[in-house]
Amino acid sequence: MACSATAQIIQPLSINSARSVDNSGACTKILSPSSFLGSTPRINKKLFAVNKSISSLARRPTIVFAVSSDVVKEKKLKSNSSLSNLLITKEEGLELYEDMYLGRAFEDMCAQMYYRGKMFGFVHLYNGQEAVSTGFIKLLKKEDCVVSTYRDHVHSLSKGVPAREVMSELFGKTTGCCRGQGGSMHMFSKEHNVLGGFAFIGEGIPVATGAAFTSKYKREVFKEDCDEVTLAFFGDGTCNNGQFFECLNMAALWKLPIVFVVENNLWAIGMSHVRATSDPQIWKKGPAFGMPGVHVDGMDVLKVREVAKEAIGRARRGEGPTLVECETYRFRGHSLADPDELRDPAEKAHYATRDPITALKKYIAENKLASEAELKAIDKKIDELVEDAVEFADRSPVPARNQLLENVFADPRGFGIGPDGKYRCEDPKFTEGTAQV
Amino acid sequence: MAAMLQAIGVASPSVAFSDHYNKSSVSSIRSFPVIRSDARSSSGSIHGSFKPGKIITKATATQTESSASAASKPGHELLMFEALREGLEEEMDRDPRVCVFGEDVGHYGGSYKVTKGLAQKYGDLRVLDTPIAENSFTGMAVGAAMTGLRPVVEGMNMGFLLLAFNQISDNCGMLHYTSGGQFTIPTVIRGPGGVGRQLGAEHSQRLESYFQSIPGIQLVACSTVYNAKGLMKAAIRSENPVVLFEHVLLYNLKERIPDEEYVLSLEEAEMVRPGEHITLLTYSRMRYHVMQAAKTLVNKGYDPEVIDIRSLKPFDLYTIGNSVKKTHRVLIVEECMRTGGIGASLTAAINENFHDYLDAPIVCLSSQDVPTPYAGTLEEWTVVQPSQIVAAVEQLCK
Repeated sequence: MACSATAQIIQPLSINSARSVDNSGACTKILSPSSFLGSTPRINKKLFAVNKSISSLARRPTIVFAVSSDVVKEKKLKSNSSLSNLLITKEEGLELYEDMYLGRAFEDMCAQMYYRGKMFGFVHLYNGQEAVSTGFIKLLKKEDCVVSTYRDHVHSLSKGVPAREVMSELFGKTTGCCRGQGGSMHMFSKEHNVLGGFAFIGEGIPVATGAAFTSKYKREVFKEDCDEVTLAFFGDGTCNNGQFFECLNMAALWKLPIVFVVENNLWAIGMSHVRATSDPQIWKKGPAFGMPGVHVDGMDVLKVREVAKEAIGRARRGEGPTLVECETYRFRGHSLADPDELRDPAEKAHYATRDPITALKKYIAENKLASEAELKAIDKKIDELVEDAVEFADRSPVPARNQLLENVFADPRGFGIGPDGKYRCEDPKFTEGTAQV
Repeated sequence: MAAMLQAIGVASPSVAFSDHYNKSSVSSIRSFPVIRSDARSSSGSIHGSFKPGKIITKATATQTESSASAASKPGHELLMFEALREGLEEEMDRDPRVCVFGEDVGHYGGSYKVTKGLAQKYGDLRVLDTPIAENSFTGMAVGAAMTGLRPVVEGMNMGFLLLAFNQISDNCGMLHYTSGGQFTIPTVIRGPGGVGRQLGAEHSQRLESYFQSIPGIQLVACSTVYNAKGLMKAAIRSENPVVLFEHVLLYNLKERIPDEEYVLSLEEAEMVRPGEHITLLTYSRMRYHVMQAAKTLVNKGYDPEVIDIRSLKPFDLYTIGNSVKKTHRVLIVEECMRTGGIGASLTAAINENFHDYLDAPIVCLSSQDVPTPYAGTLEEWTVVQPSQIVAAVEQLCK
């Protein structure tokens, strides 16, 4: 986009065309203590130094913004030398491809199932944004935490929640990851440290901040060797919400090991990002709070991965949070109930040409990382996995009545003492789910 | 007593950091040692002695002598805010996962000095001075609780927690359920509330009625030094999210409490003064207005039974029910507003469960549905006064 410092009303189409211009633009490489390989170059090369009056404790480097050219990646393509020059190995490439294909296949199946009446309510699909989820989450350990919004199926899958459990949850069956009690917008997994799944935007960001706080607490109070990080995923609409700003402040203040990942797909249901935001460049809001703000092409999994490596690395080393704005796009409507009439077909067509899965396939092919057959084998494997997930969900039982009251309280004495002097949860009707509480 | 408390299933401070989550099974709760008060003894008595059928002619609760006589050592005297601090400190010593979040809780020691000295003792991370962002730091407490800590969130004034309503309702209350029981949220949310002395409308709010519908949380209100400490400890140890309501005007109450460790039950009501003629149900500061009215009533020949319900959600229908079955008349005295208040819910609950035992309709005295005025005289008329209580009892007992 035209990055002038003065505020301008930027029309959606001009952003798109300007963005495509960006990718080919070369610019000087400015390395700072934390360089973000793969991030989008700034045409005006403006550096954002942290206001010196803020960092009275002089805890962080004064230059919190860095630029690195993605010409680097293109150079590597052209040089066509040994595999060690590439950004990924074959194994990594196949892993990334598989994960993105899983996300896409799963979401497509969700749409099918929804229209067949197996899935209900509000279902928000992730098609088109797979590069962000795969690019970030595949770098995490099992102990790291992920917090998402209602568009959380693919984040859960990338983090390792089995497709069977996610599909069951969507069908509302007891074998779902949340026993059928959460649904599409509330995916949780204790085992894989997926902390939700939140219906209200912005609601999950403080929860993510809290998880990062626990990581710091473990290090400093328990003196454990803990370098767990938390990733908070949310959209462009959330970036106008108070909780976003409040958490940016707290995370930077206490140097929490968290990465704030903005999936800027330009639309909050039918509200275009530029119509809702005074300064649409979200990455700029990071330095205002004392953390680096990085913009990256969210349709390119390799670029996302490079930026993610640095951001997650920063968090692990205790250097504090990072705000990463991923420019991405959702191919479908906001949810399956959204007729998606407001978006310009030309815009949709433009982003369809930047499909992240196609792009990775092309990269793999051009660099001879794997053969067409290997990729097809992965496709087949994933298709079968998703089919199996549907069959599993189909034959799973629906929750019985006795499940109704079980998880309201962790300690069921919270239902109180009944007229007969016994705790209500001791009433046999309670376990049947028919007690009046 | 303390040794017994520590022996039975209670985690030691060097607890391994893994979380002991299991889908809650009823059989496991019995291991938690809880003091259930003998319903017919005076408040907080551990070894209370009481002969059934004996009418106590003294108007005021024998709280000081009973809690002291129960202890083998003489006990120690302290103010309510100190007792809250003592309870918090004991829990923080016992379990390193307990931490405090709030505005000015650290270096300043808390707006009502409940956390005074704790930051110096435990450090700035365990007693965290937050920026002014209630919704976010309450959400942070939820996230920390989900990942293994046990945060105590202080609202500088309970009214400020209206800003945190999103996180309290959606996340504190619901996440255990929507995650299918995978995550527990053992947070305590506490702070001073209630009508003070001319603090103005926004600092004189009673949020218990706003929170009571939220599924998944428990509400308790403390009223004496003894139950303040006991409820604070119980709330911290509970696996459920608990909102503990303290009252601005009660922080300087002085009382003698036992030296030994004690934890009260979150779900039980407290018998303040047994009686035969009428059941007076109250909580928090109104307990003192009720006891003042009781003095007058006793002099006039009435014998009121006063129960401090303590647990605002859920109601202790056993203690309350036994009382209704005995006296057949109920007067509820509360400080929250008339509409949709705790009294309204309590009236409905008693009508539903004990309708046959009532000789008269339940009367509920609440504050006026008015934003608390600044002017002293107006403020006095918003809240229930002892004279109104006396008049209502006389009317009911006709």
